[in-house]
Amino acid sequence: MTEHERRVKAEQRERFDFAVIAGWIPSGERVLDLGCGDGRLLRYLSETRDVSGYGVEIDGDSVLGCIRNGVDVIQMDIECGLSGFEDRSFDHVIISQALQTMHATEGILNEMLRVADEAVVSFPNFAYRSNRAAIAAGRMPVSEDLPYDWFDTPNVRFFTIADFEDLCARLGIQIRERLAFDEAGRAVSDDPNLNGSLAFYRLGRVA
Amino acid sequence: MSSENSVGVVAAQRVRFASPLLLKSGAELPGFELVFETYGTLNAEHSNAVLVCHALSGSHHIAGHYADDPENVGWWDNLVGPGKPLDTRKFFVVGVNNLGGCYGSTGPLSVNPATGRRYGADFPMVTVEDWVAAQARLADHLGIATWAAVVGGSLGGMQALAWSMQLPQRIRHALVIASAPKLSAQNIAFNEVARQAIVSDPDFHAGHYAENGVIPTRGLRLARMVGHITYLSDSQMGEKFGRQLRHGAHNFSYDVDFEVESYLRYQGDKFARFFDANTYLMMTKALDYFDPAYEYDGNLAAALARAQASFFVASFSTDWRFAPARSREIVFALLHNRLRVAYAEIECDAGHDSFLLDDPHYHSLLRAYLENITV
Repeated sequence: MTEHERRVKAEQRERFDFAVIAGWIPSGERVLDLGCGDGRLLRYLSETRDVSGYGVEIDGDSVLGCIRNGVDVIQMDIECGLSGFEDRSFDHVIISQALQTMHATEGILNEMLRVADEAVVSFPNFAYRSNRAAIAAGRMPVSEDLPYDWFDTPNVRFFTIADFEDLCARLGIQIRERLAFDEAGRAVSDDPNLNGSLAFYRLGRVA
Repeated sequence: MSSENSVGVVAAQRVRFASPLLLKSGAELPGFELVFETYGTLNAEHSNAVLVCHALSGSHHIAGHYADDPENVGWWDNLVGPGKPLDTRKFFVVGVNNLGGCYGSTGPLSVNPATGRRYGADFPMVTVEDWVAAQARLADHLGIATWAAVVGGSLGGMQALAWSMQLPQRIRHALVIASAPKLSAQNIAFNEVARQAIVSDPDFHAGHYAENGVIPTRGLRLARMVGHITYLSDSQMGEKFGRQLRHGAHNFSYDVDFEVESYLRYQGDKFARFFDANTYLMMTKALDYFDPAYEYDGNLAAALARAQASFFVASFSTDWRFAPARSREIVFALLHNRLRVAYAEIECDAGHDSFLLDDPHYHSLLRAYLENITV
């Protein structure tokens, strides 16, 4: 694959992710995107869903990217919580493929459901078939959704769909909807923990 | 800094406002003058004007230099100029010496029309809000109904914040840098030490030193030395001076032993030569009094409910005078009001004074934000 092809593919993949998330965000909402990178999801949501949103990001260059993209961003460390953000001050809070890069998993999930009534979470499923195959062959997996070598991955938490759902149950978090997709972007319904490469959740508090 | 991006030779202008100005303290100024400079060209729609507010010791001279004084380069010349982050090819930039200042605007050094003598200590106390009111008169004079942006660092950032609340229809963007929504007790304490240094100088004469033909230079010098410590970070001072000795040995005297002592004395002496003591007292009081939440039971979000501008807020990691947490107070009060805000916490070693430096990341942020402002 050439660099150009790789980039085109990554962009297609990204648009696909964005479209899945946007499908859960009604027009005109107020959203918070945690680990927002250079703000392209928020920009996409503001263009397609007319949302008003803020991003939260720790990395200085990404903050600069947000400002270049005209995206409102707050530079802070999510690992330390979301203190300062008021309870239920957003319609949706999103963490798109960033939860696995943070240590304070439980704290972040609890904080998300404090500042918004509903959270949208996406993450790569470590138990995806090809990842299992890599481990079985004695190698750390490198795949479409886990595209890093073990020595330079930003990921610090490696978990599966089954693990995540256990944690939600323990934290009293209600899974309102789950979508899983394989590496080709096809929706998976049969055994998502085996067949899903990327998982998306709509989460709320158990009433 | 490259001279080809300089605004070049500039000249200060002066305007007189004849109608009285009622100050926040209840006192009234019968009329006043402001000195200001402008850079770039006001466009036909008058939509590209940017006000740059100065901090404690700044002036209207932001960029460029004077024909007869080429060494006197503006205090924020690294920011303002053609092709610089605050690009004078796009924006019409205005710098003004605030009311009560000592660079030519009406202040303690001016003659009081009621007495025919210099105001000295009789100059009324002016506040950040009074400065905004005076700056608004200047905007009227220049035909600027709405600023594209008001920009300031430190006390200048407080003015940008005040603009957004006081005249919300007249400001589209506020850039509040290395600032705070109010001073802490520690901040006020440092200011009080500085003031006491000045008023306890035997040459102070209760503020009427000019009439006595003297200047309280010792007090001013001490005030500046104390202030300067709060502008720098511990790490930067350590890096710059450490425990370096001026004469290579411990002299067991009260003369300068350590380089940092020499540096502070130099800064103090330099400042005391040109800055007016009454202005310094008043500026520090303006800082102390600034607290927009005061009239709202300490609720900054309630104070900002009137604001409509979009905000850029930035702080510096080693700024302990106005630490990042102070900027976050502003950010979350803006969020409460669903106002647009971008907030950057910039890694920079230079403490509070970082906002005056041309750190590449800092300037990239400012450039990016300012480029997205439509005019």
